[in-house]
Amino acid sequence: MIRVQKEDFDIGIELSKVLKSNTEIGGISSFVGIVREYFGDDQIKTMTLEHYPGMTEKTLHDLEIKARNRWDIKDVLIVHRYGTLEPGDQIVLVVTASSHREDALESCQFLIDWLKTDAPFWKLENRKSGLHWVSARTTDTDAASRWVANTDD
Amino acid sequence: MQVRYFGWVRSRIGISKEEISLPTHIDTIALLIDFLKTRGSGYLQAFEEIENIRAAVNQEIAPHDTKIFEGDEVALFPPMTGG
Repeated sequence: MIRVQKEDFDIGIELSKVLKSNTEIGGISSFVGIVREYFGDDQIKTMTLEHYPGMTEKTLHDLEIKARNRWDIKDVLIVHRYGTLEPGDQIVLVVTASSHREDALESCQFLIDWLKTDAPFWKLENRKSGLHWVSARTTDTDAASRWVANTDD
Repeated sequence: MQVRYFGWVRSRIGISKEEISLPTHIDTIALLIDFLKTRGSGYLQAFEEIENIRAAVNQEIAPHDTKIFEGDEVALFPPMTGG
């Protein structure tokens, strides 16, 4: 399941909903992305996430399907926020549940890696030094493409 | 055609979307970008680094040589930074 929302989320509630969804679950893996307070020594006051409504939901849904086709997973939850956030705020939650830990852990990492390069979100940081659009990092693209390389094994 | 802008492409151009009547010879994303660059300094600045411009046609990621048609929704934006 995917959700794109302005509101915050409660990790405990989300995890227990996933846990109760299926009795074959043997393990749950999760990742939570948080707004950092510093960019180098430049303090971040707020971070605004812009997205492309419609395409965002479609992209996240496609990633969920890809993960389900590749790993034996019982449930998937992706929650991504948009709007203006402050340091310490939660940005994104990825939860995967499986009978076995390997499928849960790997699919969770796959989803967060691909979400970073494929989901149409853009971050604008309001720092002490002024407004700065966050640049995409090549290490993020590398992290995502390693999953493509793995399929050729 | 509806053209949408996001991220610093939007902030440099100054609007988030607009309706554009395509001249007949403009039939790819690359040609659309060249055409938009003639519309003012904000557009020129937005499309300065063409290697950093990503595009979507009807909400699907599309390379710059993708054919475009009058009824399409085309979006132009920087590399994504979600997560």
